[in-house]
Amino acid sequence: MKDGHDIDYDPAPGDRVAKTTCYMCACRCGIDVHLKDGEVAYIEGNRDHPVNRGVLCAKGSAGIMQHLSPARLRAPLRRTGPRGSGQFEEISWEEALSEVTERLAAIRKFGPEKLAFFTGRDQSQSFTGFWAQAFGTPNYAAHGGFCSVNMAAAGITTMGGAFWEFGQPDWERTELFMLFGVAEDHDSNPIKMGLGRLKERGVKVIGVNPIRTGYNAIADEWVGITPGTDGLFILSLVHCLLRAGKIDLDYLARFTDAPVLVNEDAASDDLGLLLRTEDDRHMVIDRRTGKPAPFDAEGILPDLGGKLRRRGTTHRSVFQMIAGRYLAKEYAPEIVGPQVGIEPERIHAIAAELAHAAFDKSFEIAQPWTDFRGERHETMRGRPVSFHAMRGISAHSNGFQTCRALHLLQILLGSVEVPGGFRFKPPYPKPARAHPKPHAKCEPGEPLDGPHLGFVHGPDDLCLREDGSPARIDKAFTWENPLSAHGLMHMLISNAHAGDPYEIDTLFLYMANMAWNSSMNTSGVMAMLTDTNEHGDYVIPNIIYSDAYSSEMVAFADIVLPDTTYLERYDCISLLDRPICEADAVADAIRWPVVEPDRDVRAFQSVLVDLGARLGLPGFVEEDGSPRYADYADYMMNHERRPGVGPLAGWRLGPNGISHGRGLPNGAQLDEYIRHGGFWHAPIPEEARFYKPWNRAYQDWAVETGLFDAPCPYLFSLWSEPLRRFQLAAEGIGTRQPPDHLRARIRATHDPLPIWYPPMEDGHADPVEFPLHALTQRPMAMYHSWGGQNAWLRQIHGMNPLYVPTKWWVGCGFAEGDWARLRSVHGEITVPVAHMAALNEDTVWTWNAIGKRRGAWALGDDAPEGKEGFLLNHLIHELLPPRGDGLRWTNSDPITGQAAWFDLRVAIEKVPASEASHPRLRPQESPVGCGPADVTQKVGR
Amino acid sequence: MTDLPTHTDRKLGLVIDLDTCVGCHACVVACKGWNTENYGAPLGDADAYGADPVGAFLNRVHTFEIQPDDAPAQIVHFPKSCLHCDDAPCVTVCPTGASYKRSEDGIVLVNESTCIGCGLCAWACPYGAREQDPVEKVMKKCTLCVDRIYNEALPEIDRTPACVRTCPAGARHFGDLSDPESDVSQLVEERGGFDLMPEQGTRPVNKYLPPRPRDEIDVLAPFLAPVDDGPKGFLGWLDRTLDRIG
Repeated sequence: MKDGHDIDYDPAPGDRVAKTTCYMCACRCGIDVHLKDGEVAYIEGNRDHPVNRGVLCAKGSAGIMQHLSPARLRAPLRRTGPRGSGQFEEISWEEALSEVTERLAAIRKFGPEKLAFFTGRDQSQSFTGFWAQAFGTPNYAAHGGFCSVNMAAAGITTMGGAFWEFGQPDWERTELFMLFGVAEDHDSNPIKMGLGRLKERGVKVIGVNPIRTGYNAIADEWVGITPGTDGLFILSLVHCLLRAGKIDLDYLARFTDAPVLVNEDAASDDLGLLLRTEDDRHMVIDRRTGKPAPFDAEGILPDLGGKLRRRGTTHRSVFQMIAGRYLAKEYAPEIVGPQVGIEPERIHAIAAELAHAAFDKSFEIAQPWTDFRGERHETMRGRPVSFHAMRGISAHSNGFQTCRALHLLQILLGSVEVPGGFRFKPPYPKPARAHPKPHAKCEPGEPLDGPHLGFVHGPDDLCLREDGSPARIDKAFTWENPLSAHGLMHMLISNAHAGDPYEIDTLFLYMANMAWNSSMNTSGVMAMLTDTNEHGDYVIPNIIYSDAYSSEMVAFADIVLPDTTYLERYDCISLLDRPICEADAVADAIRWPVVEPDRDVRAFQSVLVDLGARLGLPGFVEEDGSPRYADYADYMMNHERRPGVGPLAGWRLGPNGISHGRGLPNGAQLDEYIRHGGFWHAPIPEEARFYKPWNRAYQDWAVETGLFDAPCPYLFSLWSEPLRRFQLAAEGIGTRQPPDHLRARIRATHDPLPIWYPPMEDGHADPVEFPLHALTQRPMAMYHSWGGQNAWLRQIHGMNPLYVPTKWWVGCGFAEGDWARLRSVHGEITVPVAHMAALNEDTVWTWNAIGKRRGAWALGDDAPEGKEGFLLNHLIHELLPPRGDGLRWTNSDPITGQAAWFDLRVAIEKVPASEASHPRLRPQESPVGCGPADVTQKVGR
Repeated sequence: MTDLPTHTDRKLGLVIDLDTCVGCHACVVACKGWNTENYGAPLGDADAYGADPVGAFLNRVHTFEIQPDDAPAQIVHFPKSCLHCDDAPCVTVCPTGASYKRSEDGIVLVNESTCIGCGLCAWACPYGAREQDPVEKVMKKCTLCVDRIYNEALPEIDRTPACVRTCPAGARHFGDLSDPESDVSQLVEERGGFDLMPEQGTRPVNKYLPPRPRDEIDVLAPFLAPVDDGPKGFLGWLDRTLDRIG
């Protein structure tokens, strides 16, 4: 191998390797950080890590440039210029924390709800939520409401878990894979690894997406669907499968509510509710005896065709409701095809392929198991067809029902939690009933009455004040959006500015770029943040913000608390939060400071621990008032959420030494994590790996591991009783009644079976005047606005044209280098265009969050991100256009409040070439200056 | 001018699967990370945070759109780096001998200490696979991670180019293409691996695996026939079927 030249063939990547967790996106891969003399020299994937098994994406590999970003904040800042200007003075931590403590203490004493504490792409929500609960404000949430709450809430309410961190396709056994509305992320490396494995095995991939990039580019078959119509397409597939009897009747009878009896007496106040025993168990007809029985009685065989007349009231099985609904002609491909932009023959063909994979390619694994009714099964039957979906179907105002429709399809095929299908990852499956209900009752000086976020099961669980007005600033868990399980972060600033439902004093945000790409209506939000009242005071009086980098939001803060980079901090990727488990294993992980910060910055979670102690919050101080935890690392090791269950499950202390899952806190726990590669990982017993919601071995293992405290087998909910309860209220039944203006909408949308209705924006934006759909996608090599400060990644995606399909490219007479004006009902932007043929013929799109405000992210004033780069957000309002009723209607899903980003309709026209995109906003001053001219990265010179 | 070896003992190279590459750029950045820290001068980035950032990359992913007559348009992601050609014009054009092809494994390298940055090699390469470093002004190209593949400081499993180790979709393969029994040669054989621009006569070692045909409906899937017409008929079928399986 030696060629006579002076080549070092054996350079060590570093003198030391530190294994921690990536934070270049939300995927949470394991990384090996190679250090030379204490400096980061090279980052690669950790081969032992369950999430990425050694591979690493572009973002992860560019972590070194994020860690060294010139946009890193250096010290606490106090605003000196007007909001939005970016003018600050550096202050000490003591000054910053005293000031913050003084303000928060006053709020807590007089009205805790006057603090709105919202975190963005935070990975410590079980901790930040715990802090907010101790503080006592009802106004806490993270970014799920504008991300994918539809996906999460529909999945959890239907089957006890959704995609991504809830579950995964059985990559090794599936024979057909269908992908809906997934751009190039969520989750990043595992999807790529899975697709690679499918390609290796020759398994067909069908991609449903208006845009054929990324994963859809390698799909064997591409369905360029009309945006917002996925639900109708899916229900047409359901129609075809039902009509042909290509459904798993045995699975439906045993494991779902399909045999459960529904009250069908139009005169009954319980119309549409499920029949229950006195001890609240669902009732079915036992096919063996023909008699009613509780669903979980030993030895019964639930009857899908069951009927019961009891005390004059008739009941029929959910399954008969399903058959009645979806066998209807309105779901026939011939009717649906033109609405969704897919030829009817193609819908028939895809239905046939799904059936072929699920039933003709079915197989059995010789693994005995026992179900929750006590019945032993000698094998596990495979239904090798699997699905994955994400924001493309979620971020519409019909997204919740569309996600439910997809789960209905999966379940009818019998392909959830079976070999070859979709598999849950611990702590899922976990039905909505096993999650908390939302809490919003606050008292001065007291903690909140319970966790903020959770699942409502009917009108009684809504977060309303005594006068019926919303208890939360974002109006989550109200009649406007009852199942808003993740809150509505996108309504926070708008509502705070409008004083609707009430005024707040302080906005406390963490890692949420709300003054830019994380808000709809960006220009409007910037105006709200800077708006003043008649006294010249800001309408939103105080803004505290924590971020590691000089983002757009920093410029709007009064106090900035500078966070560390991800290589300088402790974090826990906790089972209490958004874990990193696999279908065959339970796992959690940490981040730890592999390098020390060289700036006067502090990890935000440690700052919260400190503030908690200064404020004397319960859980953060000992009885004598002294701080309970020194910092976040101390909390990670010593906090117990329930006895024996803490943020980290590995290396706890049991009666006989080290124990995993349950156990007492262990002062050496973090050392153990560091010694074992930064994560803990334990396999699920073979017998417990499938049929988890109904498998006794899994349920017992989950209790033993501390995931829950008692076995909780349950049936999948094809019939959503919570939705029906809201519908009943809208029909006038019950004591808690919706306002009249919402009745019709609730009746129409809160159907207990999945339905499709056109995206709400279609009712406001005339499809003739606004004939195009407009979407954004996240590139694989960028994570929101973070990537723009990265010298390597911005060379891959430093520019975002608007991609225009052929029909409109030709129709408008566009040529390379042209510009267009894009108009929505709300606003207009002027942007550069590029042609793309692999696109739904009436859809335009661009990359998400490439555009930057000038002055942010330590970029030069003439950087393309701030010049040609743009956001579609300017075209999307957080409210629907006024209807003349004086009400503020949110641009959200009426069930969950999910921000309906993808409902956007636009018109396009060619305009003369421009120097820069419009609107062209005033630059902000940079508290960190601009990055250096040249970068020559090498630490081991 | 510089001579090429008449024979190489092995032909180490990459096989890149265009059917599987999702265009994520992981290989691009892993390469940048390893090769800025190792082999020669760092891979510089000029105007790194400004209007026109220009950095040296040894590997880039290009994206092409294909528009078949009878099928929807397709996107192909095309990673491109030095192909370590047997008849490498970048070597023969080098005036100082800085560019050379190794007889032991066929890797084409640049000896930065004798490179004068004249740029002739970049001009000669028909693939555009060489880039002059914008800061150091020396010629940069893929080394096939020559400082990884023989690296005794690395665990054996990691003795592979950084781009191959990191590729999340498993679209990149490394091996000896002169050995017909090697995994990479087998892949090329099975999948119809091809040379990039063979008409250039460069005889590249790296091979590409073509995308499989797209948008073909599975003819094996039987069409679905209704069990019975109308809801009553369906429930009749349901009853009969439940009796059978019950």
